Amino acid sequence: MDASDDKPRSHISQQFNTDLEDLKKHMLEMGGMVEKQFSGAMQALIEADSTLGERIAADDDLLDQMEMKIDEECNLIIARRQPAARDLRLVLAIVKAIRDLERIGDESSKIAKAAIKMSEQGEFPEGIVDFRSLGDKVQRMVHRALDSFARYDADAAIAVVHEDKSVDNDYAIAMRSMVTFMMEDPSTISKVLNVLWALRAVERVGDHAKNICEHVIYMVAGTDVRHLNPNKMSAKINA
Amino acid sequence: MPMNENNERDPQAGGNFADKVKTGSDACIDIKKLNLYYSKDIHALRDISLSIPRNKVTAFIGPSGCGKSSLLRCFNRMNDLIDDCHIKGKIRIDGDDIYDKRIDVADLRRRVGMVFQKPNPFPKSVYENVAYGLRIQGINSRRILDEVVEDALRAAALWDEVKDRLDDSALELSGGQQQRLVIARTIAVEPEVLLLDEPASSLDPISTLRIEELINELRASYSILIVTHNMQQAARVSDFAAFMDMGRLVEFDSTNTLFTNPSERQTEDYITGRYG
Repeated sequence: MDASDDKPRSHISQQFNTDLEDLKKHMLEMGGMVEKQFSGAMQALIEADSTLGERIAADDDLLDQMEMKIDEECNLIIARRQPAARDLRLVLAIVKAIRDLERIGDESSKIAKAAIKMSEQGEFPEGIVDFRSLGDKVQRMVHRALDSFARYDADAAIAVVHEDKSVDNDYAIAMRSMVTFMMEDPSTISKVLNVLWALRAVERVGDHAKNICEHVIYMVAGTDVRHLNPNKMSAKINA
Repeated sequence: MPMNENNERDPQAGGNFADKVKTGSDACIDIKKLNLYYSKDIHALRDISLSIPRNKVTAFIGPSGCGKSSLLRCFNRMNDLIDDCHIKGKIRIDGDDIYDKRIDVADLRRRVGMVFQKPNPFPKSVYENVAYGLRIQGINSRRILDEVVEDALRAAALWDEVKDRLDDSALELSGGQQQRLVIARTIAVEPEVLLLDEPASSLDPISTLRIEELINELRASYSILIVTHNMQQAARVSDFAAFMDMGRLVEFDSTNTLFTNPSERQTEDYITGRYG
């Protein structure tokens, strides 16, 4: 399962090798850009920084372009090389993963827009929700998902999938606290709703990180683990 | 995964079949510890054990000299024609040990038809090519021959193209048509197994696709074994695939599994173009 003892030999066709390496590199570059977008969006949200928020929202366009470019590379490799086995799984995993990356970009952009709105709404109810801890947790998930991709590490990917449960829990707790806020002081409703949308976007980013990990597991082990309880994943890929 | 909209495939084929093979109920050819020597020093097939499913297409892939054609030629005892060639182990077709002394080799070759890389029609008319095997069996009734020739040509997807030129020389047909004629000639004598040794490698892409389509149609009636250097072709036409190297069977599995998630590293290297 681990990549280190199982490094594939080079293709006879150097060009094919280069094409696949480039594809992977471009996907990981897009991943790096997505990480930056998400951490920027979180910073804008925590600091209610509208300037940063605007920049993040504007940069989303670049991610869309990257997604289309990588998509095309995948199409060409399939058309020209008819990849098989691990090469096929790599290309398919990338086709799916860039879609999740692009969606993380979209969610980041939503968070950035919420940050802009928050800065416009002024004074914000203290201690409404701990963005920083949830944001850090999700940020780590995205980072480790991309790492597991780069290292062909299915075990690391499974660990990230497990973490999504804890993000979902934190999200549910935050939701309850916001509902309480709104019930206690209805004048905060519009502000809190804005926060709620932002929080929802953060939680969705965690889901996309989890999806990416499922693609990694498919790529490495050849096993489709989507819609499977995380506790059963290890057993299934070792079956 | 091989995709072909006319090519409906049981996604569970691998699993079900594995169970059936264990019980021995649905294998057409059963090979046990087969070894083939071309001389004292040339050991071309090493300890091959394999059950080949009935009415499915099984592809043999592997680098040149891996033994896939040698293996194919064991099934109709074509290797008997080579001096010094001898085999150890057992091959059973429908339960009959085909290397048993009591086996009539001519009858075996009727039951196990073979098509080669280069189309080899006889220098006779289209009609006589297809009727040839029956005439050898002593069947000369024009009514029966007409019927069999038409059926075989239809089954080989050639009838519409040659029905008005049955008396023309077979050598006037195109390469792809000649190959389909040879297939018609082979199936006219109602074999159980069809051995195809690189059947499309001398054909252009369109003729190749016609042959592949034909293989797809014939699978319902025959157990088909195909040797091909074209891995995409193996992926397109076969239900099961065997990867061979240096005279050994490295891996045998459903084609879907072999081409998406092979279990052997050597297979993976070969089908992804990392071999060598």
